[in-house]
Amino acid sequence: MPRTETSASGAEAPAVELVGLSKTFGSVRANDAVSFRVERGSIHGVIGENGAGKSTAMKMLYGIYTPDAGKILVEGKVRRWRSPQDAIAAGIGMVHQHFMLAGPHSALDNILLGAETSRRAWSWLPPPLRPIDRSAARAKLQALAERYSLPVDWDTPVERLPVGIQQRIEILKLLYRDARILILDEPTAVLTPQETQDLFANLRRLRGEGKTVLIITHKLKEVMAVTDRVTVFRGGKVTGGVETEATSPQELADLMVGRAVHLQVKVPPQPEPGQAALRLRDLKLTGREGGVERLKGVSLEVRSGEVVGIAGVEGNGQSELLESILRPAELLSGRVEVLGQDVTDLPTAEIKAMGVGWVPEDRHRDGLLLNRPVRENFLLGLQSSAAFSRSGLVQWGEVDAAVKRALEEYDVRPRDPDVNAGGLSGGNQQKLIIAREFERKPRLLVAAQPTRGVDVGAIEFIHDRILKARTEGAGVLLVSSELDEVLALSDRILVLYEGRIVAEFTRAQADEKRIGAAMGGSA
Amino acid sequence: MSWGRAMDRWMPVLRALLSVIAGFAAGLAVTWVAGESPWNVFMILIRSAFGSWYDLGMTLFYTTPLLLTGLSVAICFQAGLFNIGAEGQLTLGALAAAVTGVVLAGLPWPLAPVAAAAAAFGTGAFWGWIAGWLRARRGSHEVITTIMLNFVAAGLSSYVALYLFPNPDSQNPETRPVAKSFLIQHLSVFGDAPVSTALILAVAMCVAYGFLMRRTVLGFELRSVGQSERAARVAGIDPGKIQILAMVLAGGLAGLVGVGEVLGNAEKFKLGFSPQYGFVGIAVALLGRGNPVGVAAAALLFGALHKGTGDLDFETENVTRDLSMILQALVILSVSADGLWDWVKRRV
Amino acid sequence: MRNLTGKFVVLSLFAALLGSASAQAALKVGLVLDRGGKDDKSFNEAAYKGSLRAQKEMGLELKVVEATDTNAFEPLLRTFAQRGYDLIIGVGFAQAEAVKKVSAQFPDRKFAIVDSEVPGANVRSMMFEEHEGSYLVGAIAALTSKTAKVGFIGGMDIPLIRRFQMGYEAGARKVNPKVEVESNYIGVTASAWNNPPKAKELAVSQYNKGADVVFAAAGASNLGLFDAAEERKKLAIGVDSNQNWIKPGFVLTSMLKRVDVAVFETIREASGGKLEAGTRRYGLANEGVDYALDSFNQKVLTEDVLKKVNVLKAEIIAGKITVPDYYKRNAKN
Repeated sequence: MPRTETSASGAEAPAVELVGLSKTFGSVRANDAVSFRVERGSIHGVIGENGAGKSTAMKMLYGIYTPDAGKILVEGKVRRWRSPQDAIAAGIGMVHQHFMLAGPHSALDNILLGAETSRRAWSWLPPPLRPIDRSAARAKLQALAERYSLPVDWDTPVERLPVGIQQRIEILKLLYRDARILILDEPTAVLTPQETQDLFANLRRLRGEGKTVLIITHKLKEVMAVTDRVTVFRGGKVTGGVETEATSPQELADLMVGRAVHLQVKVPPQPEPGQAALRLRDLKLTGREGGVERLKGVSLEVRSGEVVGIAGVEGNGQSELLESILRPAELLSGRVEVLGQDVTDLPTAEIKAMGVGWVPEDRHRDGLLLNRPVRENFLLGLQSSAAFSRSGLVQWGEVDAAVKRALEEYDVRPRDPDVNAGGLSGGNQQKLIIAREFERKPRLLVAAQPTRGVDVGAIEFIHDRILKARTEGAGVLLVSSELDEVLALSDRILVLYEGRIVAEFTRAQADEKRIGAAMGGSA
Repeated sequence: MSWGRAMDRWMPVLRALLSVIAGFAAGLAVTWVAGESPWNVFMILIRSAFGSWYDLGMTLFYTTPLLLTGLSVAICFQAGLFNIGAEGQLTLGALAAAVTGVVLAGLPWPLAPVAAAAAAFGTGAFWGWIAGWLRARRGSHEVITTIMLNFVAAGLSSYVALYLFPNPDSQNPETRPVAKSFLIQHLSVFGDAPVSTALILAVAMCVAYGFLMRRTVLGFELRSVGQSERAARVAGIDPGKIQILAMVLAGGLAGLVGVGEVLGNAEKFKLGFSPQYGFVGIAVALLGRGNPVGVAAAALLFGALHKGTGDLDFETENVTRDLSMILQALVILSVSADGLWDWVKRRV
Repeated sequence: MRNLTGKFVVLSLFAALLGSASAQAALKVGLVLDRGGKDDKSFNEAAYKGSLRAQKEMGLELKVVEATDTNAFEPLLRTFAQRGYDLIIGVGFAQAEAVKKVSAQFPDRKFAIVDSEVPGANVRSMMFEEHEGSYLVGAIAALTSKTAKVGFIGGMDIPLIRRFQMGYEAGARKVNPKVEVESNYIGVTASAWNNPPKAKELAVSQYNKGADVVFAAAGASNLGLFDAAEERKKLAIGVDSNQNWIKPGFVLTSMLKRVDVAVFETIREASGGKLEAGTRRYGLANEGVDYALDSFNQKVLTEDVLKKVNVLKAEIIAGKITVPDYYKRNAKN
């Protein structure tokens, strides 16, 4: 059992109080004397840029990290965790950004996993051998689901359930373990606007039942919509704690970044759209495992000097659409034209060499060599270009000069070509990718989730760059699950739902409600 | 910052050294248990590995194939592949060199060894290609296929050696001797030790490997695929092609072991001539951490170990050649126990 | 066998005298074993035991080393030579080349090799007439068989083992012209010497086909044959060392190849300073090969069979029977 001391008086104490928490990783001070309190029965926002220390603080609260200094008080008692098990036992639960669910198993089994109960008759057996008492668990869960209005199909494998329901299962998992304090890490990243609204309603209901909710997020709009209080992190320190009612998104953004930020994207006037930079004709593609068609005849056109945004909930064919532009050879049928040329039978390298800039949707997986220095990541994809190679040899001198210039121009920090890409923050990684992809002066730019997991300062920068490419006459295809981003940048918006384009809006027509409805399949 | 940078650069070297020292310490402790003075054993090892030109020559004789197999495994590591098939590749490479020397016996001197070396490289490369192709185009894991191909290579080489080109003058399972014009020069400074120009070839390969990885576009693409197949693919690199190429180069490098063995030593292909050079090569590559200098140093270390432990048999009462196995195994163990180091660091 | 023991006693006395006479300048003997090592219960162990006995009786300085790969023979032999060893013995035909090379480099040292003929003014070659011994156990097998079917299992398929097979078949046919001999080999590589499961598989198959006596010349693989014989309640014949004791009652006899005697005698001659170069052959006549009879197989090896076999043995020694020799098969044609 964790060591327990009483400090403040029990009943009136806040749900959570962090006092002077510090944590150092190597030479990085991830948390520096972090202090704040979370009132019982409130929804509390924790915001900050990537690397600001909000996740570190939450992980200490949840027992994943041990603080170097400082105290954690839960309901007035000083607590020390040896592992998350201790935190869970004390009534703290966490829903991670990537759900911890076993796909092929039912909701019921996922919730029971690690918290199996059995009848008293079996107590003589060692715990791993006791038969699981599913019916008792089901009854308890059913009661919880009804009390908090969180209906779930208990018996379907979770991988077949929508993401919103999966999240609901994660929350029920915490409630089943009698969590009183719930930590949600970026809970809306994977949700449609409607699902987001549902989640917020559920969170308010939980608050009504006396639960305390902590939301880690970077979406200021949502912070404003659902929280009671907000704690802002910057550079490992708490830079502000405000009542939500008494603040504004602008103030929060300034607190996060430490300087004045333009939240509104300033969209320069659209140049006269020119030739088609990208034309897709009736693309059909089956999924990686075969079987289900993931693209069911997608046609679209992106002209030079135009940003076309693809809106849609993740998993409706965006990844497949992107892949089929890069590797049209894998298409079931259809035709891909880039800059007026049929590239359907060309290999990726040749397509990209035509002047295609590519910002992959998952930069860790598809965009970077995390264990290699920035220099090599900059070269990736450009290694055969005339600028950096001669007779099969890499011209490292020229690469270094270009990297130096690009790090400066794209404000990648640190300005060190020798540091590994994995050591950069998310925003700097993304800026590095943008720098690389712009090195070719792309005439077609495909940007997928360009600001996912990127801090506010960098978002502004990346948006500017995308619009600059447009001004310079590039065609831009923007794929993003952040509807706000699509709305802000796109001259035209297409909604992708279950492998089809189900709606199209011009900038003038675009309206969050109608697009949200189309994303949910009711166009 | 500069201290940190220096740490980053030298940490792998330091870790490699520590793992070797730890392995030796454990191995020598075993000799102590066996009733010998560890210091004495260590000095015998040093003396018999490097004590004379002849001893150094024998060490280098064993280093030559280990350098090649080490590079073979290393190049695959760079491309994200695990080549356990160097043993089979070198077997067939040696066989090819011998068969060339028997079939094309009429070739004149400078051409003959070059042709045999090309055959050795080509056959090893072909054997590597099979595993590479299966991996890239059929998704069969190279660990499985290369292990299996080792068995096929063993069977194939005994068939060819014993049924097609058996040595009529010997009961040993071996091929006929190659024509004299195929033999390559011994480095006379090492006395009777069978160190041949194959050592120079191996060192040249090591330099070529370093050049490939550091300077060429191909080396860059190879490493990129090894780091992230998906990122490389998005960047326009065909990972399958690179993987096949890596296996081809790896097979060829392992195949070149045949040059030193057949043209520079045995003058024929002997079944089972390799004391697991292909597998020790894995340890060499691990210890060398993909760095050409590191691989060369690791090959020299294991070569010296192989030679040095041979003389323990002569010099001590209780320690036999089996200690070589134990020592090598312990060094390999501590080399691969990298995770342990991280664990220690976390604790401190 | 029994005669042999007596002879050993005499020899030992003789050797002991010699040993004490030359005690001040102890002979230095180096023995390089093949890859099986000194615990292989067969060939290498026999050589090792022979050298141990010589050490005990003559007080010589003995060092035994084992090779781990074919490239190791030469450096091992050379190291012995460099360190001033007087007699260096290579065990097994695999060392022929290495002995040839190193002996030429060190004309002052004496070398010896088992199972191969190496020319050289300072090399003694020890050859065994395996076909003669095999002929006798072939005759024993055919005389004992009730089914007129016997089997042969060779280790590695090489001329040396073909020589065993040819002698065995000839011996069996001599006593029963209608006997059927089924022959199999375990493999073509050195691993065949140490593959008891394969040997067992072959033996079971031969027993199933009706053979009731099987002779295996397969080194450590022989153990598989003995297992099969015990399981099927059939008879087996061992090789090299006396293997009768391994499964008493199921091992009909063993074809002895006295590597120990040969090694011992070579050392003895060397310690007397009279080791001559050239080939020394060990056959039935000088008891270098023989069949084994002891308390473990007395019950299965009948008096009647023994009588007939001893006649054959005497005839071979007297030169009345010429046992076909695989090594000379081409000369015949």
